[in-house]
Amino acid sequence: MATDTHGGEKHSPLEQFEIKELIPIEIGGNDISFTNSALMMVIAVALIVLLMVVGTRKQAMIPGRWQAIAEMFYEFVANLIRDTVGNEGRKYFPFIFTLFMFILFGNMLGMVPYSFTFTSHIAVTFAMAMVVFLGVTILGFAKHGLHFFSLFVPPGVPIWMWPLMIPIEVISYLSRPISLAMRLFANMLAGHTLLKVFAGFVPALGAAGILPLAFVGALTGLEMLIAFLQAYVFAILTCLYINDALHLH
Amino acid sequence: MPQLEQIHTFLSQIFWLVVTFGLLYVVLWKAALPRMSTILLERQQRIDEDIRKAETFKQEADEAMSVYEKAVADARSEAQAVIRAANDKLAAEAATRQEALSAKIKRDTAEAEERIGKARAEAVETIHTVAVQAAQAATSRLIGADVPADEAKAAVDAALQGRG
Repeated sequence: MATDTHGGEKHSPLEQFEIKELIPIEIGGNDISFTNSALMMVIAVALIVLLMVVGTRKQAMIPGRWQAIAEMFYEFVANLIRDTVGNEGRKYFPFIFTLFMFILFGNMLGMVPYSFTFTSHIAVTFAMAMVVFLGVTILGFAKHGLHFFSLFVPPGVPIWMWPLMIPIEVISYLSRPISLAMRLFANMLAGHTLLKVFAGFVPALGAAGILPLAFVGALTGLEMLIAFLQAYVFAILTCLYINDALHLH
Repeated sequence: MPQLEQIHTFLSQIFWLVVTFGLLYVVLWKAALPRMSTILLERQQRIDEDIRKAETFKQEADEAMSVYEKAVADARSEAQAVIRAANDKLAAEAATRQEALSAKIKRDTAEAEERIGKARAEAVETIHTVAVQAAQAATSRLIGADVPADEAKAAVDAALQGRG
């Protein structure tokens, strides 16, 4: 009975993650179609540019509403880098800022009903995590050369412990992109799935549907927090990895 | 799960990720962030300058205040000196006048005493003469003998002497 009232198996809570082709594009046999995911990325970029470029066009000494928001983001990320990396982190500010804003807007736009969350796809989060991982590794080797391998030897560990510690450190280093990608992906996936599942209970329960509806309302607030928090976590971990690469230990 | 099933979309997702992220990075790096940093730097400079100006003004106000306080203190001590001088002058005048007055009183007293003494002496003399004459007259009336003035005078003197 219940499955009939809300449309049966067709409306799976995972359906919202489905990628739909909007404009088919193929170059050299490679499918790079413009999809709903790509559309949301374009919207996110457009909104960020609108806020950061159009919002600050007056360059007012006393900021207006939009400039105040733009400044708030700027100072938030600037403080984040200063606190974790220090003054050498300024060079990486544009990248961290872009990363933070891109993920934040991707997560937040995903909260809009009927939209799509591009950060809920492992391909996207893993690609971003790999860029961070490879970038940090290259940075580390460029700065310290082969001395960079001393990152895998925790200071103050006796030599007889090295055979145990070094593999642990190497594995933990190599698992960084996986944990970085999985954290964002899983948080977005779980949150949106949960919202969808509870939203599905609302029509199914009839008058008693007010309870899951209230829960969905509360959960939406929590998801907003998580959307921000995951962008923050991604950015701060990137900063910490950069700090590791710059200062080793 | 579409994330793991739609593997054929991975290339498209990553392609559009690279395009949009790269575009955003370039726009933010070249346009937005330098502008933001200029805005914030200018504001910071303005604030610093205002604070510096305020400090200068405060210093000036403090200086003016100390000048004013010094002027007040000077005026007060000057006023006190004037008052003291006036007091001294008045006291000196009063002392001189007092001295002159007491000298005059002393002189007047002495003069008056002298006059009184003279008057008394005259009175005593008069009484003496009257007494001598009275004695002469009484003697002549009583015994019918004229007593010479010298004797009568001696007798009166003796009698007066006897009374003390």
